[in-house]
Amino acid sequence: MHSDPAAVKKTVRGYLMVGAALLVFTAITVAANQLHFAVPVAITVALVIATMKGSMVAAVFMHLSHEKKWIYGALLLTLVFFIVLMCVPMFTLMDGIGTPAAAVGGEHPGH
Amino acid sequence: MNIPYTVDERPDTGLTNGKLGIWLFLASEVMLFGALFSTYIILRVGAPEWPHGELNIWLGAINTIILISSSVTMVMAWASLKMNDWGKHRLFLISTFLLAALFLVNKYFEYSAHFATGELPSHSTFLAIYYTLTGLHGLHILGGMIVMAYLLGPGAKMWKENSDQFANRIEATGLYWHFVDLVWIFLFPVLYLL
Repeated sequence: MHSDPAAVKKTVRGYLMVGAALLVFTAITVAANQLHFAVPVAITVALVIATMKGSMVAAVFMHLSHEKKWIYGALLLTLVFFIVLMCVPMFTLMDGIGTPAAAVGGEHPGH
Repeated sequence: MNIPYTVDERPDTGLTNGKLGIWLFLASEVMLFGALFSTYIILRVGAPEWPHGELNIWLGAINTIILISSSVTMVMAWASLKMNDWGKHRLFLISTFLLAALFLVNKYFEYSAHFATGELPSHSTFLAIYYTLTGLHGLHILGGMIVMAYLLGPGAKMWKENSDQFANRIEATGLYWHFVDLVWIFLFPVLYLL
């Protein structure tokens, strides 16, 4: 984190450049949507662009490109739990709970 | 008794308490929105069909542009303060506040159009998760506006008493605001485009 005025002044141009880049990426996201890709391709394109935009906000606006190790440590721990959270939907698909019996191995006799 | 390490950095962490605190708060926010995104995936994967084109892409895109612009003005408000330009700081912070208000006005018109056609949260699974995610995000916008209003109003006098602590408060507000922008960057394609 810069604290002296001269160092901060140098970063201002970077903030404006990133802001412009974010607007361009937004336009690309909307334009790509108008091309009507197949759903898997559309999801991949939209999420890749969103991840790039999110990374720019975090790295430049939130100054994560040059932060202290305690903050990186806290965010790394958060990332681990976030990935587990995103995997929860897969666990629900694997356990078969809520799936009709016929879909997971045939109907049970007597039911 | 003064709260320690509001301006000076703690020798062990190299951070002020406020800065570490706002980052831990944001970490908890990641888990809050993460849980809702996870719920969205479960609902979408389990749904026999998922609606497309129910939302106005252009309104969503305009709101994305508004929030990105507000992030730029927010970081410029902090930078101006660091460069000891109080006038520009006020200008950029007021701009951020107005852009946030514009986002909510836009959202109001969007919600109103849905309500007018009977598209309430109970209408479909998609609308239920749409209102939940955007409603929670909207509350975060409102929360940010309340903090900005305080820093523009009664909280501004701290600049004369303790300029470093005031700059730290603007920085913490900025971190929160950029996070709210970051969440919308993912909400927009997930809800409006896919």
